Amino acid sequence: MRELADTLRYFAGQLHWPSVRNASLLTALLVLAIVVGSRNLQNFDAALVGYTYACVAAAFAVFYRYSVWLTKPPTKKFWRRGWQLCFQPALWKNLRSPRILGEAVTRKLVVQDFVWRRSPARWLGHMLIAAGCLLAFAITFPLVFGWIHFEMGAVEPDHTYIVSVFGFHVHELPLAGFFSWLVFHGLVVASFMVIPGVMIVMYRRMMEEGATAVQRFSRDFLPLILLFVVSFSGLLLWVSYEYLEGYFFTALAQFHAWSVIALLLYLPFGKLFHIFQRPASLGVSYYKAANADKDPARCPVTGEAFAPKMQTDDLKEVLGELDFDYSAPDGKGPAWNEVSPRGKRILIARAHSIARKHKFD
Amino acid sequence: MSAPVKEFFIDFQRCIGCNACVAGCSECHTHRGKPMVSVDKVDPAHSAQTAPMVCMHCKEPTCALSCPADAIKMDENGIVHSSLKPRCIACRNCEIACPFGVPKISEEIQQMQKCDMCFDRTSAGKKPMCTTVCPTGALFYGTMEEMKRLRPHSKPINKWRFGKQVIETKLWVMVPHDVDEVVVDWPELLNGASGPIDLAVKLKEYFEKHGVPDPEIREPLPESMPEARPDETEEAEFL
Repeated sequence: MRELADTLRYFAGQLHWPSVRNASLLTALLVLAIVVGSRNLQNFDAALVGYTYACVAAAFAVFYRYSVWLTKPPTKKFWRRGWQLCFQPALWKNLRSPRILGEAVTRKLVVQDFVWRRSPARWLGHMLIAAGCLLAFAITFPLVFGWIHFEMGAVEPDHTYIVSVFGFHVHELPLAGFFSWLVFHGLVVASFMVIPGVMIVMYRRMMEEGATAVQRFSRDFLPLILLFVVSFSGLLLWVSYEYLEGYFFTALAQFHAWSVIALLLYLPFGKLFHIFQRPASLGVSYYKAANADKDPARCPVTGEAFAPKMQTDDLKEVLGELDFDYSAPDGKGPAWNEVSPRGKRILIARAHSIARKHKFD
Repeated sequence: MSAPVKEFFIDFQRCIGCNACVAGCSECHTHRGKPMVSVDKVDPAHSAQTAPMVCMHCKEPTCALSCPADAIKMDENGIVHSSLKPRCIACRNCEIACPFGVPKISEEIQQMQKCDMCFDRTSAGKKPMCTTVCPTGALFYGTMEEMKRLRPHSKPINKWRFGKQVIETKLWVMVPHDVDEVVVDWPELLNGASGPIDLAVKLKEYFEKHGVPDPEIREPLPESMPEARPDETEEAEFL
């Protein structure tokens, strides 16, 4: 009993309680949205309840991790600066034009041309996986939250379904036809994107020397395997009911459900967390744009402009919060992070020259 | 992939600025064509000194701690790696914070790349690329015993002082026996300096005022320097 109490106390000590609070509040809001959005659970599909629980658990973990992440001094600084630059027009003369946000969203999140420059094959694989996953999430989440459901519509002359969003009828869909097929087979379409994407990326991971040099199983292969298992088992469900008269369907449905739950619970902890983290790169675009026409920090050793002044100032503060003291030895003059990388290397070489009794002079 | 990782030594006084390490480093597939080693001319107008710099793999890496995206990780061997591609947002904090001026941001691929002591090679029992091509042994990879035997007039240390900040590194730097830490100083003279020429002038004034240690007091060079010749087994291993 005492051991159990000690273990619990240990885990409680490991938790970051303000983040537990934030995550609990946000998760409570999600649960509320599920209850309200499904009209008091009237439209909630009880068969999907396992998925809903996994989503809520994953949401809690994502909110918790995000919240802990934001407490890191450098992250906190960028986060605050990002919003500050957004809401203080005096600071963002360059940001008035929506072009900056538009370009950042398009290039960094939608087109991801930086991945293309890493390698076109990698880009293709990543785009297929990303688009497939986003499509699958966009279908799965509203369905398991009871936000979207389908009702029987007209019977004559053609069968129709009524699409209801948050309990409001928004569209009547004929049961037959290409568009309806797409709507009802959205997850099949998604799996046809994710599976080839995983194959391309997996092939690259096995063949490309740069990748094989640094990859790890848990970090790089596990998410690919999870994505493959989810997409392939989902695809088999469709094959089973469409072509095999439901052969093995119940077992497959169970297997698929568990694989999705595993993926959802992996989401906050592994590589896939970058889906939530990545939008922070928009803040970096803002930061750079806001400083584009300001005086940059100049290196006192080499004279080169090497960073925005705002960044060297912010970093000085952040390094202080991290318990580093890189201030000048005599308290006067620039801090070490106000010297450019090349300037630092030159001064290090000088320091060595001094250690060698000026042998090089 | 479980070979023990040995020690890496930098001996600044041996660098002849040939840039072989830069060329060797560029061949790695993880950063295709871009060198992660720097060789800098320290004060080209007055001295022929050149200085190589690889990642020192700090025990408490400033780059990783100042990364807002949590993208820089140290492995179980104490090697600090390039930023994780999915996380890195190319903000350049690491580049500006690193006390040794090592990380390089590649804007076009949105990633920080740095020397990882040739993780792929060292973890398989091979030497880092730069140490296999360095003709003078300025960059050396081996055991502590080997180093002590080969360079009796220097000693390896891994303690650096930048102003008030003390940094301990995984890599070793060779210094005379009476030195216990490398003190990197950037005295007041840097305040308001505006470039290399200005710096050289100010440094000259500073040393004239404070006195330069006598350049004649030099440690004797060893009679022969067998370590300067590449190891006979080196070529076979490299191939």
